[in-house]
Amino acid sequence: MSAGTYTPRPGAAPVGRMIAAQAAFETRMLLRNGEQLLLTVVIPSLLLVLFSTVDIVDTGGGEAVDFLAPGVLALAVMSTAFTGQAIATGFERRYGVLKRLGASPLPRWALMTAKTLAVLVTEVLQVALLTVIALALGWSPHGSPLSVALLLVLGTAAFSGLGLLMAGTLRAEATLAAANLVFLLLLVGGGVIVPLEKFPAGVRAVLELLPISALSDGLRDVLREGSAMPWGAAGILAVWAVLGLGAAARFFRWE
Amino acid sequence: MPGTGSGPAAGPFPATGSTRRTGRPDPLSRLPPMRNESVVQVRGLVKRYGTRTAVDGLDLDVRAGTVTAVLGPNGAGKTTTVETCEGYRRADAGTVRVLGLDPVADAARLRPRIGVMLQSGGVYSGARADEMLRHMARLHAHPLDVDALIERLGLGSCGRTTYRRLSGGQQQRLALALAVVGRPELVFLDEPTAGLDPQARRSTWELIRELRADGVTTVLTTHFMDEAEELADDVAIIDAGRTVAQGSPEELCRGGAENTLRFTGRPGLDLGSLLKALPDGTAAAEPVPGAYRISGTVDPQLLATVTSWCAQHGVMPDGIAVERHTLEDVFLELTGKELRS
Repeated sequence: MSAGTYTPRPGAAPVGRMIAAQAAFETRMLLRNGEQLLLTVVIPSLLLVLFSTVDIVDTGGGEAVDFLAPGVLALAVMSTAFTGQAIATGFERRYGVLKRLGASPLPRWALMTAKTLAVLVTEVLQVALLTVIALALGWSPHGSPLSVALLLVLGTAAFSGLGLLMAGTLRAEATLAAANLVFLLLLVGGGVIVPLEKFPAGVRAVLELLPISALSDGLRDVLREGSAMPWGAAGILAVWAVLGLGAAARFFRWE
Repeated sequence: MPGTGSGPAAGPFPATGSTRRTGRPDPLSRLPPMRNESVVQVRGLVKRYGTRTAVDGLDLDVRAGTVTAVLGPNGAGKTTTVETCEGYRRADAGTVRVLGLDPVADAARLRPRIGVMLQSGGVYSGARADEMLRHMARLHAHPLDVDALIERLGLGSCGRTTYRRLSGGQQQRLALALAVVGRPELVFLDEPTAGLDPQARRSTWELIRELRADGVTTVLTTHFMDEAEELADDVAIIDAGRTVAQGSPEELCRGGAENTLRFTGRPGLDLGSLLKALPDGTAAAEPVPGAYRISGTVDPQLLATVTSWCAQHGVMPDGIAVERHTLEDVFLELTGKELRS
């Protein structure tokens, strides 16, 4: 490189361009990661196909896929916004990626915006794939797509807050273990593949307050029953979102 | 020059450097007028972690367009000092100005203007070297040509390997590339050559010289003496969280420490008569039969006196050599410690 190559000419790119670049980069990292794909694509797809075609769990009356598709969509949101984001961000923190980006022109709020966009892009891909699979299995969805979208966004906010709270406070290895454990527990106890009616009433009352239950039951109300916007479920998700994001903003440690 | 002399540097060691190094082409003509203005000013910096005081009243000055080496043993407070300048840490006491800005309060304005190389990490473990570099370039308005930089730092050989599988040397070079790709005015390099093989080390030094020639200011931490001697216009010697001396390597080596003249000849020379010819305060010894050591202010006059004394006594002073004091000696004298090498 010739003389004058390094002559200073500093400057940040326009913030919109930075966010777009960061979101594209984060999405690429996410889609490249095998463990992440297992979590966000393979497991939800397999569960959908397996439980729709083989009669393992009694999903109540009607087509199994009509019960399972909304639950698996909720699971997809949780896998990306919570589990995947917690693990990825936890290791980015551990390996100094967040620290290094902190010295770049990218502001922190722009980094978090880009992360959210990356999560949303991934979810769009997940929803598209799972919808195709479910339709092929004979799914007949009802209700307003707008209500579905609102529930998905609220669910994303709730799970992102909890995922970032975990990633920003625990060690990366602890986050990895805890995020997977929570994923598994909520998969079983969150109305995803097992109807909450199967649990004793007392337990069920508690489980219904979980974000995964609110999201899967809310989506089921719309997509299976064709209900209008389920405000109860939306309210539960909103409370989780406020609590989770608030705590994450308060306790997140960048290094 | 902000040569306030407020630092703890005492005795013959200047608090700040003022003379230029010689023996290298003068790049003044190509540099911005800012040259020699202070771009980093640290005064009385104190940083504590819990009960441990990592930095304890430290002063540091960095002049525009120069290379400043922050030299000290592990745990001296080098990284804490640099990370405070980068805006990562808030000073518990003292003031820090970087490019005239407060690194914490003015972070948004400062960040685009500086380049940062952390001691380790900082890259997505699943990213390839070239894509990480391209991404960092996209965050800047006028980045360097990424392909040329990849070639310059020999990162082309990384190919499709992701960061976690790169060798330590490749990771170091990528971190260096990330620090300079945004065409910063000022770069902070934390141990830029730690763990590099000699060839990669030379190549990194060469890049730092090119940055200097193009008017980029460099602050680097190191615990390698030769790196400081080789590269730095100014050296700040840090020990136990304080600056014990700052100045050019020449100034630091000249001040304080005495030099040594050695030669060999036939054993048992009459050193008493030699000493009579030498100025007061000079010492002469024959530690090993036939090996002589003269310590004192070794100047041309003293050298001439010794050689003419040898001529009078029919002694051929074989292997006559003046031993300059190195930074290593200076460091040892100032801190009473050896640097880990």
